[in-house]
Amino acid sequence: MAQSQIETAKEPLHTALFERHVALGGRMVDFAGYSLPVQYSGIVAEHLHTRKAASLFDVSHMGQVTVGGADFESTAGALEQLLPGDLFGLAPGEMRYTVLLNQSGGIEDDLIVTRPVEGQAPAGTLFIVVNAARKHHDVALMRNRLPGLDFTLHDDRALIALQGPQAADVLREFTDAPDRLGFMQSMPSTFDGADVQISRSGYTGEDGFEIAVSDADADRVAERLLSNPLVLPAGLGARDSLRLESGLCLYGHDMDDGIDPVSAGLLFAIGKHRRQAGGFAGADQVLEVLREGPAKKRVGIQFEGRMPVREGAELVGPDGEVIGRVTSGTFSPSLQAPIAMGYVPVGLAATGTTINATVRGKMVTGVVTKMPFVPQNYVRRAPGTQA
Amino acid sequence: MGVTRFTEEHEYVSAENGVGTVGITEYAQEQLGDIVFVELPSVGAKFHKGDEVAVVESVKAASEIYAPVGGTVTEINEALNGDPGLVNSDPTGSGWLFRITLDDAGELDTLMDGDAYAAHIA
Repeated sequence: MAQSQIETAKEPLHTALFERHVALGGRMVDFAGYSLPVQYSGIVAEHLHTRKAASLFDVSHMGQVTVGGADFESTAGALEQLLPGDLFGLAPGEMRYTVLLNQSGGIEDDLIVTRPVEGQAPAGTLFIVVNAARKHHDVALMRNRLPGLDFTLHDDRALIALQGPQAADVLREFTDAPDRLGFMQSMPSTFDGADVQISRSGYTGEDGFEIAVSDADADRVAERLLSNPLVLPAGLGARDSLRLESGLCLYGHDMDDGIDPVSAGLLFAIGKHRRQAGGFAGADQVLEVLREGPAKKRVGIQFEGRMPVREGAELVGPDGEVIGRVTSGTFSPSLQAPIAMGYVPVGLAATGTTINATVRGKMVTGVVTKMPFVPQNYVRRAPGTQA
Repeated sequence: MGVTRFTEEHEYVSAENGVGTVGITEYAQEQLGDIVFVELPSVGAKFHKGDEVAVVESVKAASEIYAPVGGTVTEINEALNGDPGLVNSDPTGSGWLFRITLDDAGELDTLMDGDAYAAHIA
């Protein structure tokens, strides 16, 4: 038996919850420079528990950035030079998923921008959460390109995700945030005396919350949440299978600095008026792809049988020609079937198109499937209804 | 009376009457986690000791299984096609992978006995 899993060799950092992970029996692996649990009881059990109850994930490795500027308009305006999202349109307490672009329109990272609620932070402050493996790169890039703004990367703050249909009920015991927030809204709150920032967001496709809290208070927040029997800890393995079932991209796998957001199927990361107006890094290239249509597209594929079709597997078209590769693939615990994402020529991207893959020299039959593979269960509120 | 031997890669082979039953150890299944698919060899296929002979896949990763001894595959565990989780729940019983002829019984002597394997994973 030999595992083909790749892990990094450098001495990993610990999050504020490291001791708790170990005490809970987490199997620790190195991920993006941090020692984090890949699983506790098992990926499938953790995955299915998240879909029916609530799971706690430590996502403290992600980069929490505070951006400072003179006022909202100048901060949003400057960031819009690099991010194609509609940041001007952010109401206080709203969050926006978008991407950081390079001059060629390639994706340097995907991220979420949050506008603080009124009075919470100095005028001109925005919060950004970026991927762990990209955080130093992103901050350096933004500092370099946007010298008029001030960027602070918080290395003393944890991020705890509570995800699942019962997350709101669990959290209500500590804060009224679940009654005040809809999907992609955020507010400051207190949790058992600790100052926290609570967002109704996550990357599992379920309703859920992300709680930003100081390292000093993080373990207490985790302990209180885990004291509710509805909540079980979940690791990186379940996080990956949950986001893939939900059709969500993983940076460095399903997109990278050579892929534009249109080909990646992330049109929603580009603000509507910005699709006309442009004015962001790589806009010429991105808007041309938008006008002309991409040559290849990210699609979801479900395969027959049970054999997982993993990242790197060749995708094969109707004439037996290699048309692309799988960028993420796993065995879906919810569907009990292999699912994957990959890039294929647009002519083969329509839902229902047969696409085969090669695994260890064997051909497996798949079909282009509308994503998400498993329905998302976000709890939305009309804009402006945040209490 | 059979004899069970172990490889450093956590396969076991239980030998009886010139045939070895091969699977992965309790330790291996625990390390792999939820097994969702097992790719088995064809009956009649011949392997040398150390050849890649099967693949066990969890949600997270694919793991190759190497032949602990050389020989010809005489039987595969068809039950794993429908229920690969047997490898997790009963790796040394109903979760066996395949049976193989022992072309050179001397190869067993190159493998670890139970005590040596216990020390290996300690």
